[in-house]
Amino acid sequence: MNPVIRGTVFFLCLLPFAYLVFALVSGAAGPDPAEFIMHVTGEWGARCLLLSLLISPLRKWTGWGALLKLRRMLGLYAFFYACVHLASFAHFYVGWTLSIVVEELLERPYITLGFAGWFLMLPLALTSNRSMQRRLGKNWQRLHRLVYLVAVFAFCHILWQVRSDIGEALLYLTLFGWMLIWRYIRYRKSV
Amino acid sequence: MHKRFNVPTIASSEITPESVYLDRRSFMRAGAGAALAVSGMKAVAGKGTGGASLDYREARKSDDAFFTDEDLTPAQDVSSYCNFYEFGTGKTDPASYAHEMSVDPWSIEVIGEVGKPGKLHLEDVMSGFDLEERIYRLRCVEAWSMVVPWVGFPLSQLLARFEPTSKAKYVEFRTLHDPGQMRGTRSFTSIIDWPYREGLRMDEAMNPLTLMAVGLYGKTLPNQNGAPVRLVVPWKYGFKSIKSIVQVRLTETRPATSWETLAPREYGFYANVNPQVDHPRWSQKQERRLPSTVFRPNRIPTQPFNGYGEQVAGLYSGMDLKKHF
Repeated sequence: MNPVIRGTVFFLCLLPFAYLVFALVSGAAGPDPAEFIMHVTGEWGARCLLLSLLISPLRKWTGWGALLKLRRMLGLYAFFYACVHLASFAHFYVGWTLSIVVEELLERPYITLGFAGWFLMLPLALTSNRSMQRRLGKNWQRLHRLVYLVAVFAFCHILWQVRSDIGEALLYLTLFGWMLIWRYIRYRKSV
Repeated sequence: MHKRFNVPTIASSEITPESVYLDRRSFMRAGAGAALAVSGMKAVAGKGTGGASLDYREARKSDDAFFTDEDLTPAQDVSSYCNFYEFGTGKTDPASYAHEMSVDPWSIEVIGEVGKPGKLHLEDVMSGFDLEERIYRLRCVEAWSMVVPWVGFPLSQLLARFEPTSKAKYVEFRTLHDPGQMRGTRSFTSIIDWPYREGLRMDEAMNPLTLMAVGLYGKTLPNQNGAPVRLVVPWKYGFKSIKSIVQVRLTETRPATSWETLAPREYGFYANVNPQVDHPRWSQKQERRLPSTVFRPNRIPTQPFNGYGEQVAGLYSGMDLKKHF
């Protein structure tokens, strides 16, 4: 793939983070940075994840095979935003206190889900490079199917915390559902 | 000097409506006196979004709950970080879009179980009551909090003018609902049944802490903070402090409130600040006192009744607050 395109996508995905840092330094993040950071990182983590899942259907549609080369970057960005999201939760909401972490994880299912989603991304991120891909062979693809579970967890995590307007959560779930149906139809055809 | 109030000692839901009824005359006298006393007062109500000067009695350091010397949350933060879902669910949406609401002319309709139902025009609100400053803690159900210097008058004075009947056991409030001016209510995916509704038990409404606010930081309210007139109930979660009120209805039965209707497991009718009862989705044991920063998150323990227990705990004696959350 053209390095200019890859570079552009890299910087586009980094923009929300740059905005985050700028807003925190300049004060534009407002009086409650906890809410601000959680919101921005949660939103962009979900969007990168969704985009990474939409790469395959888009590739088929456009016939542009090189799109596949963007998938790993999008997946790693999703993981990156999930890490900042989790760190910010640990910092602002539980003050890095283990006992509160345990209580939150056990008592609040949507936090359990979100954490499980992050945890399942961990092996995917660690095995995302080419040498791991080679070493794992066929198992690599099997392992990376975990991303569907990650997506289910992530989007339910979002839907679960909606207070009164379900618009955005609905959009993610619709696109994700559509992607699943598309894959299922392709799978049926291939069998 | 500040007028001190008595902490209710034997208040309970059963006897209060009657006592309120019996107290009616003294409230009426107080209300009438206030109306005469402030005839010289000049209050300017702006079309748009607050900032007009008000004449009021400043809060002074005292032992009562009308004042706190905790650090104030800066005015800029109070007016930029808001929940007012009529203008969108984002924290900065109200500050961005609330100017689309016109707050003058404005009137509040007082109906239901009252001897003299009627309308109170904004001019009557601004000039008809002695305005005073109250520095209150505001605890949002989302686990953040502020300290805000409000300007307003006790709700009890307003209610007294309309002569609640013996059947008046609850007060229901409604926010303006005008999709043309409130873009949040035009969202197709919003699951709130507008208009926004809130309610109090009569004894809660008559408590001296319960304030009808028309200003903050000495100026009229910015639209996003609930202009031109809003409720402030400092011992309850912020969503009880309904904004931009157009209707007050006194009822015999408990009114259905917006959040309670939407998610009864998560938001109760009482919604008293209570660190012992967590929201199902997050802890209420602590709060972020705003402004908070990355290096100083400012997490502090949440107090029962938001620190106003001495004044209001008696209202709920004998009630299981884990059940009636």
